[in-house]
Amino acid sequence: MGIFTAALLFSNIYALIVVFLVQLPIVAASKSWKKWAGSMRAGVLLAVLIFVMNFVFGSTFVFSAAMTLRFVTLMSTFSLFFMTTSPDDLGLALEQTHVPYTLSFTFTTAVRLVPTMALDAQTVIDAQRSRGLELDTGNFMKRIRNYIPILIPLIVSAIRRSIELAEALESRGFGASPNRQPLIVLRMKATDYLVVISTVLMIILAVYVYLYVPLPTLDIPIEMPKIFPWFQLSI
Amino acid sequence: MIETEGLKFAYPGSPEVLRGIDLKITDGEFVAIMGENGAGKTTLVKTFNGLLMPSAGTVRIDGVDTRDSSVAKLSRDVGLVFQNPDHQLFSETVREELAFSLRNFGYEEDTIDRRAASILETLDLARYAESSPFVLSGGERKRVALAAVLVWNPKHIILDEPTIGQDYQQKDRLRNFIIQLNAQGKTVIVITHDVEFVAECKPRIILLSRGLVIGDRSSEDILTDGALLDRASLTRPQIGALMHELKDRGLPERTIDVYSAEQAILRALGRKE
Amino acid sequence: MSFTYTGASKPSIEDISLGIASGEFVVLTGPSGCGKTTICRCLNGLIPNFYSGDFAGELTVDGMNVKEHTTAELASHVGMVFQNPENQLFSLSVERDVAFGPENLGLSREETRRRVDWALDVTGISHLKDKPPYELSGGQQQRAAIAAVLAMQPKVMILDEPTSFLDPKSALEILQVISELNQKLAITTILVEHRLDIVSTHANRVIVMDNGRVVLDGTPKDVYGEHARLIGIGLPRVTTLFNLLQRDGIQFPQTPIAVDEAADMLRKMLSR
Repeated sequence: MGIFTAALLFSNIYALIVVFLVQLPIVAASKSWKKWAGSMRAGVLLAVLIFVMNFVFGSTFVFSAAMTLRFVTLMSTFSLFFMTTSPDDLGLALEQTHVPYTLSFTFTTAVRLVPTMALDAQTVIDAQRSRGLELDTGNFMKRIRNYIPILIPLIVSAIRRSIELAEALESRGFGASPNRQPLIVLRMKATDYLVVISTVLMIILAVYVYLYVPLPTLDIPIEMPKIFPWFQLSI
Repeated sequence: MIETEGLKFAYPGSPEVLRGIDLKITDGEFVAIMGENGAGKTTLVKTFNGLLMPSAGTVRIDGVDTRDSSVAKLSRDVGLVFQNPDHQLFSETVREELAFSLRNFGYEEDTIDRRAASILETLDLARYAESSPFVLSGGERKRVALAAVLVWNPKHIILDEPTIGQDYQQKDRLRNFIIQLNAQGKTVIVITHDVEFVAECKPRIILLSRGLVIGDRSSEDILTDGALLDRASLTRPQIGALMHELKDRGLPERTIDVYSAEQAILRALGRKE
Repeated sequence: MSFTYTGASKPSIEDISLGIASGEFVVLTGPSGCGKTTICRCLNGLIPNFYSGDFAGELTVDGMNVKEHTTAELASHVGMVFQNPENQLFSLSVERDVAFGPENLGLSREETRRRVDWALDVTGISHLKDKPPYELSGGQQQRAAIAAVLAMQPKVMILDEPTSFLDPKSALEILQVISELNQKLAITTILVEHRLDIVSTHANRVIVMDNGRVVLDGTPKDVYGEHARLIGIGLPRVTTLFNLLQRDGIQFPQTPIAVDEAADMLRKMLSR
């Protein structure tokens, strides 16, 4: 959270580099290098796009790089968050902060059902391919229409599953009492307190630096070649 | 003919599901593939129509290596009916559902009409031709899914767990229908764990356990082998168990269906009286 | 009692008058569409709370009139286990799933803990409590589903075709578990099943339905006769065999419903 705020706050490249680096030990602590790298790869295209858009539309090279870095940092914090938090714990946390139970339950169940639905999707694709459906031929319009036989069974299965699940939940007293005392409770351990404190400190530090500390600026005089004068719109 | 040689399959990053399968199913055979949940039965049949390609070994359908073909091409001859009809049904009417497969395979519209009408008659679904598949009952939807595969008349038909959730009469009708299909010359392969169902129609049984074939013989041989059945999480059919109990009284141990048992007992009692 | 679903042209169940005593083990069977599931839904309150329609007549379960209580209120008196274990278990661990019911009732943490441990113990899956449900086998999942229902300590337990997705060995095991629970805990058990060959020895009463009405009601031996065969329910094969032999003129002291009984009778007959 702290890193997130700091990233949003700064436009200066040095600051952003620091912010990005601060994250890395956290990734190391959560032992999820591979998955983190994977999600970073997914964002490469978008990162490149941001850089290009900024640069082409008139910002300096440095500024563009800074914006790209900011984006990457934001993406990284997000993926880190979702990778290290199980949906159940998230739901439990939401519940404990007095978010209405039905809402937190909907959220966690939706997340849990994602892999199930992915499996279903694969089965539907298999079943329809077995009836001669070819998904990789034909012009653009045809390909889109070819997905109808995939989407409809998926939706129908999802609905049926939801109804069955709802029946089971009702039968186990869902909503019977407004006072739920969950069996498993998230307790704040020492490390949790540490994280909270460091986040708060980071935010304070970031704000302070932003307001009071003049940061060196980097001037790399790389300019957009004058071949594209018509891109000099002020965006 | 469906043959596999040293067939192995594993999903990327997972342990092997099929660990070396050699089998040969000739045209027109009636086969049941049985085994515990997770033995690899569904995975195996998915290699027959190209949905899954072997990680090692080969699968040949009518002489053609599946690696040299595609799902669309193989499906013309190998029709696979999935366990849950809700994973297939999507059309506005039952007839449209049947037309879907035929259109995929390139049939003319008038042929489509004819074939659809014919199959609907055969499976007693004619009155639902213009109904939406979604309002039909579970058993009826299963029949529509079956019709949707039969409509293009594939040479080999594979049914994945067709008896789950069916009542006795539905199973009876299904069994008779399968026997009829087989009599018409089609290769029929049924994946099931329903020993009672199998005992009454006695196909060749291929017993799978943990990715390997542990038995490939006639129903009489497999369904009377207690140790083998136990390994595959199956039980003896009731009649078989009864005959097993009474084998010391001279009753034939390899009888597993009701009518043969009736004859055998009448004979045994006739001898005494 | 009669019920017609909204939009249906005829009642799903008609004119049902039944009394089920505490502690009974009842098997409810009949051809598809006969109304078995509808009756189950009435018993635990899903009808009329979850499913709308025309509900005529009276139904009292464990002293509570279903029309006057919500499903949630009835949940601690009547528990229902459904056919597909995958769509009943949704937590990341078995323990949390079993705790779901008691938590819903707003019980204290200590009470919930006690009930969860007890339910897991009684269904024999305490060693699986931290595992996610999708890693369990079908039979284990059904045990977890049963534990989840037991944790609410209902007086009545309804099981809707719990063996459908199980292989024969697991099916036998789960029925053993259900039977033991019925006897040890005196929970009234209503089991909806097609596979009569495996449930008949556990039940003391079989109710056969057809077309929305109760047609037969008695002990398995009373019920498994010609009428049952005509309705088209799946009698145990040994019973069918003996019914055939009786038509061939062989007299038996009674109709067997299981292999050992049948074997004994035949053995005696062959020794004469």
